[in-house]
Amino acid sequence: MNPKEYDVGDVDVAWCPGCGNFGILRIVKQALAELEIDPRRLVVVSGIGQAAKAPHYLKTNFFNGLHGRAVPAATAIKAVNPGLVVIVESGDGDMYGEGGNHFIHAIRRNPDITCLVHDNMVYGLTKGQASPTSQVGFKTPLQVAGVTEQPFNPMAVAVAMDASFVARAFVGDVSGTKEIIKKAITHKGFSLVDIFQPCVTFNKVNSYQWFKEHTYNLAPSHDPHDRLSAFQKAIENEKLPLGIFYVNENKRVFEDTLDAYQQDKTPLHQRTSNRSAVLSKLFS
Amino acid sequence: MTIPSRVIVDDVSIVLCGEAGKGIQTVERLLTPLLMSAGFNVFACKEYMSRVRGGSNSTEIRVSSQKKVAYVERIDILIPLDKDAIPHLANRISQSTVIFGSTKELASGLPIVDVPFDGIAAEVGGAIYANTVAIGLISGLLNVELSVVGKFLEKFFKSKPDEVVRKNIEAAKRGIDIALSFSGAGKIDVRVKPDERVKSDMLAGGAEMIAAGAIAAGCNFVAGYPMTPSTGILTFLSQHAGKFGIIAEQAEDEISAVNMALGAWYAGGRGFVCTAGGGFALMVESLSLAGMIESPLVISVGMRPAPATGLPTRTEQGDLEHALYSGHGEFPRIILAPSTVENCFELSKKAFDMAGKFQCPVIILSDQYLVDTIYNAVPFKFAGAGDNHVTMTAAGYRRYALTPDGISPRGIPAYGDGFVNVDSDEHDEDGHITESMDVRSAMVEKRLRKYEAIKKELIPPELIGASDYETLVIGWGSTFGVIKEALEIIADPRLAALHFTQVHPLHPDGAGYITRAKNRVIVENNATSQFGKLIKLSTGMEIENKILKYNGMPFSVEELVSGLREILAKGALK
Repeated sequence: MNPKEYDVGDVDVAWCPGCGNFGILRIVKQALAELEIDPRRLVVVSGIGQAAKAPHYLKTNFFNGLHGRAVPAATAIKAVNPGLVVIVESGDGDMYGEGGNHFIHAIRRNPDITCLVHDNMVYGLTKGQASPTSQVGFKTPLQVAGVTEQPFNPMAVAVAMDASFVARAFVGDVSGTKEIIKKAITHKGFSLVDIFQPCVTFNKVNSYQWFKEHTYNLAPSHDPHDRLSAFQKAIENEKLPLGIFYVNENKRVFEDTLDAYQQDKTPLHQRTSNRSAVLSKLFS
Repeated sequence: MTIPSRVIVDDVSIVLCGEAGKGIQTVERLLTPLLMSAGFNVFACKEYMSRVRGGSNSTEIRVSSQKKVAYVERIDILIPLDKDAIPHLANRISQSTVIFGSTKELASGLPIVDVPFDGIAAEVGGAIYANTVAIGLISGLLNVELSVVGKFLEKFFKSKPDEVVRKNIEAAKRGIDIALSFSGAGKIDVRVKPDERVKSDMLAGGAEMIAAGAIAAGCNFVAGYPMTPSTGILTFLSQHAGKFGIIAEQAEDEISAVNMALGAWYAGGRGFVCTAGGGFALMVESLSLAGMIESPLVISVGMRPAPATGLPTRTEQGDLEHALYSGHGEFPRIILAPSTVENCFELSKKAFDMAGKFQCPVIILSDQYLVDTIYNAVPFKFAGAGDNHVTMTAAGYRRYALTPDGISPRGIPAYGDGFVNVDSDEHDEDGHITESMDVRSAMVEKRLRKYEAIKKELIPPELIGASDYETLVIGWGSTFGVIKEALEIIADPRLAALHFTQVHPLHPDGAGYITRAKNRVIVENNATSQFGKLIKLSTGMEIENKILKYNGMPFSVEELVSGLREILAKGALK
């Protein structure tokens, strides 16, 4: 499949020239094409933020909801029609700030959805405030003396919670990121891919160069089924590892646990049943 | 022991009161179907404290020859299960109240007919049987025979060991024997007539009927965060999820729940959330999202006294304005307020159909009193709503196509060749973000135009009484039963009531009825007459008389009768 099938044509893209989001968009299209995913059965769900605008630049179905609330919507979309491929495109603020509670509970719930978190360590759309992943000391118009809070560590949290698929990528590494995204999409269960991407306008610290210098690829010997070593890798902060930290294929997937599918696998909207007889019996 | 001499005719109010966890609810669950199976009209409602154990909770069971479906303050027969029960109900106990219990344990200054429930239970086989002794006692007072009680208990406890069934029957027999020893002429003489037709009725509760309405309407997705008084709806749907192919999920919070419901509708499901005022407050941003993405959504809000946590387990009609004005921006919504247990079913079902048809949020506004009310109802067919209002899409499909009535055909992903794009930003017909002022205006007008379609299918208010009234009593939602009974008692041909079950948008007939009256009285379970304000907004009429209650309890028949009589007397003086 040609990635161009995902092109929307002439569209006014709201991202700044040089924004890391462009790279992620290109990579996502390639990954989807290589996986031969029919755009008609794909749904991209997002919240609010610059990253959350990504679905508008993909020719497919999308649900662009509220800030922080993409994950619950995505969970239900997948649950109601498990035949759909459901991807969440979100930013560090959308997923880890406003949506933090949903992020944690989605890991517990383990729906078969893929979360691509465009992580640029800053709030872009609201013009340059700190994000949950901003580094200590990062100065902004709001955090004038620099950020004092410890950055949220999505890898460590996800591994600690035994998330089904936990990975980090850097948009500067096109083929590495693409492979991770493909594995995340094909993985059955909740997949998190935190993708480093520079905000060229509001984050002058964590630039392409900075990410290049401060990241390294996990060694091929890293065993993603070893949770302890995944956690060790997740808490490294001198240089930040990239790659698939952790995979647990043995977790039950949310949709598979639902009573509604135990006897009938048909998507809910295609079902017709006469409920009145059963209800009458229930109350007789 | 002296047995008081009492005659109670056609309508007996039985109250059981005790600390939480003592099994009052079990008694209610047993006694109501038992009495119904014996042919009695039964009505039960409860008040309880926000705690797991201890405190004082009470259940009122009204047993009547003619059907009565309203709370009365009067207590004819009281069974206090502990010492705190009598002080808890002090305001409702009168000289005509007959109290049964252990004189020694209750240590009350009031006359008590000595029935040591615990002692008798111990003789039967353990304290656990005390409630069944009470059930036997009540059955005996109502002249229900042991064979009927026994048959019922056998059925109720069929999954329990034989010994448990036998001891329960023994406990009931002891209760009946005691009742027979002091009932009858010159003693405690309860004369309520059973009605053969009632035996084939069904016992229906507000919470269950809201859930059943949703099921009949094809609801297949429910998400919620437990919150009194709506937990029962969520529980019912969860317990029957497999049978009906319903996805039922307890969400991490109400925000998640409502966004799940929106996701469910988007993918072709019929999503439902149930909560109370505080949980609804958390959902409000998403209510606005439903307005913007034109998603159907059904939210059941069980009202309880607020602000904030308020009185978590009690009742109020205080969230009408909350339901009406919540959510940023301007978008259509529908608010339904069920009046009776049967109406809970009808309106819950209708809510789904309206939501699907008009692609807007529909709020079902009930309250603790109504969802916790149970009575015998004539069985109905539970007929379902047909159309799911979903269109198969073709390539080039536009989710927000501009149409004359503002309603765009609603597609869902992977059902046809089109793409279904919804966006919380202002969007064009394709669902893409726009900042075009022209498109903005067109979309605002499109969304609001749906009100015209909605207004063609409004539910008219119901007139209770003759149409040549002088004084009109106006109510909405759960006060239907109490207003109706109060009017029957007052029996003044100049008095009628107008009852609303759709509180937004209002049916235009309402204004005609209201302006025609010489005097108007509004009855609301809140402090500021929120519905009165709404009527003023739509009709310009200020309703001069208000009967308002906001202490956490529902209106009783007695207080409404006296309140209305006072107003009628005032009117006569004019």
